[in-house]
Amino acid sequence: MSHWIKVCALDEIAPLGSRVVASSQGDIAIFRTADDAVFGLRDKCPHKGGPLSQGIVHGDTVTCPLHGYKIGLKDGVAVAPDKGCARRFEARVEDGMVLLSLPSADPA
Amino acid sequence: MKKQKLVVVGNGMAGIRAVEELLKLAPDLYDVTVFGAEPHPNYNRILLSPVLAGEMTINDIILNPLGWYADNGVRLHVGKTVTKIDRTARKVVADDGTEEDYDRLLLATGSTPFMLPIPGNDLPGVISYRDIKDTDEMIATAATHRHAVVIGGGLLGLEAANGLRLRGMDVTVVHLMPWLMERQLDKAAADMLKTSLEARGLKFLLEKQTEALIRGESGRVCALRFKPAPGDEPGAGLEIPADLVVMAAGIRPNTALAESAKIYCNRGIVVNDTMQTYDPRIYAVGECVAHRGIAYGLVAPLFEQAKVCANHLANFGIARYTGSVTSTKLKVTGIDLFSCGDFMGGQGGKGGTDEILLHDPAGGVYKKLVVKNDTLVGAVLYGDTADGPWYFQLVKDGQNIHEIRDHLMFGQKHVGDVGHAGKTLAATMPDDAQVCGCNGVCKGDIVKAIKSQGLFTLDDVRKHTKASSSCGSCTGLVEQILASTVGGAYTPADTKDKPLCGCTDHSHGKVRQTIRERHLITIPSVMSYMEWKTPNGCSSCRPALNYYLISTWPGEAKDDPQSRFINERAHANIQKDGTYSVVPRMWGGLTTPAELRAIADVAEKYHVPTVKMTGGARVDLLGIRKEDLPKMWADLGRAGMVSGHAYGKSIRTVKTCVGAEHCRFGTQKSMAMGVKLERMLFGMWSPHKVKLAVSGCPRNCAEAGIKDIGVIGVDAGYELYVAGNGGIKTEVAQFLCKVKSDEEVMEYSGAFLQLYREEGFYLERTCHYVARVGLDHVKAAVVDDPVRRKELHERLLFALQDYEDPWQAAVEKPAVRREYEVIRIKEVAEVKS
Ligand SMILES: Cc1cc2nc3c(=O)[nH]c(=O)nc-3n(C[C@H](O)[C@H](O)[C@H](O)COP(=O)(O)OP(=O)(O)OC[C@H]3O[C@@H](n4cnc5c(N)ncnc54)[C@H](O)[C@@H]3O)c2cc1C
Ligand code: HEM
Ligand code: SF4
Ligand code: SF4
Ligand code: FES
Repeated sequence: MSHWIKVCALDEIAPLGSRVVASSQGDIAIFRTADDAVFGLRDKCPHKGGPLSQGIVHGDTVTCPLHGYKIGLKDGVAVAPDKGCARRFEARVEDGMVLLSLPSADPA
Repeated sequence: MKKQKLVVVGNGMAGIRAVEELLKLAPDLYDVTVFGAEPHPNYNRILLSPVLAGEMTINDIILNPLGWYADNGVRLHVGKTVTKIDRTARKVVADDGTEEDYDRLLLATGSTPFMLPIPGNDLPGVISYRDIKDTDEMIATAATHRHAVVIGGGLLGLEAANGLRLRGMDVTVVHLMPWLMERQLDKAAADMLKTSLEARGLKFLLEKQTEALIRGESGRVCALRFKPAPGDEPGAGLEIPADLVVMAAGIRPNTALAESAKIYCNRGIVVNDTMQTYDPRIYAVGECVAHRGIAYGLVAPLFEQAKVCANHLANFGIARYTGSVTSTKLKVTGIDLFSCGDFMGGQGGKGGTDEILLHDPAGGVYKKLVVKNDTLVGAVLYGDTADGPWYFQLVKDGQNIHEIRDHLMFGQKHVGDVGHAGKTLAATMPDDAQVCGCNGVCKGDIVKAIKSQGLFTLDDVRKHTKASSSCGSCTGLVEQILASTVGGAYTPADTKDKPLCGCTDHSHGKVRQTIRERHLITIPSVMSYMEWKTPNGCSSCRPALNYYLISTWPGEAKDDPQSRFINERAHANIQKDGTYSVVPRMWGGLTTPAELRAIADVAEKYHVPTVKMTGGARVDLLGIRKEDLPKMWADLGRAGMVSGHAYGKSIRTVKTCVGAEHCRFGTQKSMAMGVKLERMLFGMWSPHKVKLAVSGCPRNCAEAGIKDIGVIGVDAGYELYVAGNGGIKTEVAQFLCKVKSDEEVMEYSGAFLQLYREEGFYLERTCHYVARVGLDHVKAAVVDDPVRRKELHERLLFALQDYEDPWQAAVEKPAVRREYEVIRIKEVAEVKS
């Protein structure tokens, strides 16, 4: 089971920007694309753990700041020839607020 | 809309490359149908040589397996030869009766080997060397027969002879001309080549003309007879045994089909710069084509043609093919031979050329460079081909070599870059030797990727292996490996008009120029005006565009933090574990007890794990959590310090020696000069990082010789040096001029940096910028022209005038501070899922 949690107002994330959310699941990076879609990924690059939240967002991809892996925002999967996958958290916008889906704290 | 029909005749390297390029540009425009006479999918013909030599198998060289055709919706008629083009009904007919209609037709029929018109040329055992069938036959014959004769001592003939010899045959190469590979080599290099091939057991008969091939009892060829030369005794040594005769005496563009359809041919199928034939619906690419009178027989030009052709088939209509400079590399393992451009020079009778020669017969090295009007026009290298790709690049770019002429012969020393010491010849490196230290890629990985994925360019190799894609110091090595693996198919990257990145076809130069001429001031406006292919660029082009905008239109273009690399967005240097480092600015490297105390206090307060001195002589506080950055800056700010740009493509530091203020040798006050320079340049963004140093006397304790600008005090003033670099490849700074006063140091330095800021390409250090435009160009603007110098300097000061201290902003402005704040949440359900 999972549930949706309010994170912040959409305005508090720059377009093509991101924010870090501290959670019991570890740091989660929330990205905002040019068309105001939001995506959540574990803030850890599958390569060597770089903070994806600090990367440059373009299209529906983020480039890791450490060694340039490109990670798909929709699925967390690295663009070839790189390999690996960052865990994905569902996110959406409702009434100008960014919502993030987290697994329930107590096992349902 | 109904799709149009594109029919391709010829399932070879040029035709399929054109289809691949087309699918990239316009995947849905056509229904594509391909006819191929050979019973195979498209394979890498140039690798038939290693197959014959036993180094690879047929399976290794398939470029597009059948699945590729299916996946891309390309219909393939394999094993069918097109015999007729009906241009009125717009259809083609194959030998088995298959018909296909077309809206557009692409001819890529390659070439046919030239069979000498002599008696016996149709006997069993007489073959050409062109396709898989020929190669199979040579391999089979080698297992059962002994004597092989190769007619033709060119590239193809020698690769055939070498392969047959490796398969155990007794091989003789018969050549009409006085030396081998006369179209690619001069005599001196050819003689060295012959000697080393003889050492491998090959025999050569030069200046011999074959008269007839003789039929043996079995019905198969058994011998070869020569025409007697004028001085020969009648009947003497005129025949040699031959169980296999390979004709490698040249190729002819395969124009039969086009001619039968009355499409204009002259040597090849004649095309214009858009690869269109005289019938506007019909295009042609590859060896079958004559473009501006030239029919090419190497892969590299065909790929360029394919790209242009695809552009027009996709209705983009902007590309033009203007011909190619080609290079040659013999693919015989263990022999290093390279030639490119016009290497005959004076001997070729073209005049106006000089030759630079190095010949060491004992060491087995021969190099000839042909120079015309201060440009390199051709090169022949034997024995040591390490610099082949570099010379080829110089030839292709037509770069002015006036300034580097005296050491041109000694090569680029590309591979002398730090991190690859001692590895000079890629060919002799073992497979497990590491080439790219950044991404841990070995030579074997690269060779494997090149062969199995069919890669031909540096960019391809970067994409598939990551080699040379980080710091780039191994680029020279990777190019060499590429050149020795794919032979003449290698083309150096087009450095001049190289697209900025995959999002656009425009080069850095073009983008800069357009931003200036069109007065563009936002990234979206550049992208839409210049027709970017991606909605909002990528991590390569956005930072470049942001820099071009703010440097071209200071005060007008707004900086876009989201288009900056994290270091510049957060104004601190990201470290491997995601923490940051802070380097408080100390102007000119000077500090005070109070400042040191403040630094010590923040280091303790924020539990900074590491404190060290940087290479630029500043204190580095490492391992800081991003959230703590603004708080630390606030503390440092209260002590009167700002953080440093120790991380950006910007002014880094001005390093100083103690100079005349204290030093017994000092002639100038280097500390004071350094402080003034650093204050003047505070907040300066640039194409790449910029470092300065000021020394008080020529003893140069501040190491000004490897800085972007080095200032050295002398008795009567200062000497200025520019474009030094202590990075991946150490470059000694070049002398710019001598000046008298501190004010002049500021003005000249500022003018030089502004020129670089206005003309440099993003991520181009001053040393690369000056290498590109020439020191004379810089001197003309900065030294010789006082008006321009003043203007440049003023433009720099204008751009820097209202620079806002970003660290203070991070402390004070909530919108900026947000960048540093982590969002904390309560993990209880607030919204039902
Ligand atoms: C052994 C060998 C080594 C080589 N080494 C090098 C090298 O090191 N570097 C280099 O740059 N180049 C090299 N080359 C040359 C290179 O392979 C050619 O330049 C290149 O393959 C030409 O490509 P193409 O598409 O024009 O022709 P091809 O690759 O020959 O393709 C043409 C195809 O069209 C088919 N075809 C022709 N007519 C018809 C028809 N009417 N209907 C249907 N199909 C038809 C043919 O069967 C053939 O498959 C080498 C060539 C050989 C043979
Ligand atoms: C039929 C068996 C199971 C199925 C189909 C199943 C399926 C799933 C799915 C779809 C998720 C969500 C993954 C995501 O984040 O996208 C999930 C998460 C999880 N499952 Fe299961 N599960 C099964 C069995 C179990 C069992 C037996 C356990 C433990 C004993 C378990 C523990 C968990 C936990 C802890 C998570 C959360 C993991 C995390 O968010 O990091 N599951 N499971
Ligand atoms: S460079 Fe000259 S002035 Fe400066 S410290 Fe060295 S010796 Fe002294
Ligand atoms: S600090 Fe510089 S030289 Fe040292 S490891 Fe990092 S990149 Fe390499
Ligand atoms: S940690 Fe992300 S690319 Fe290396």
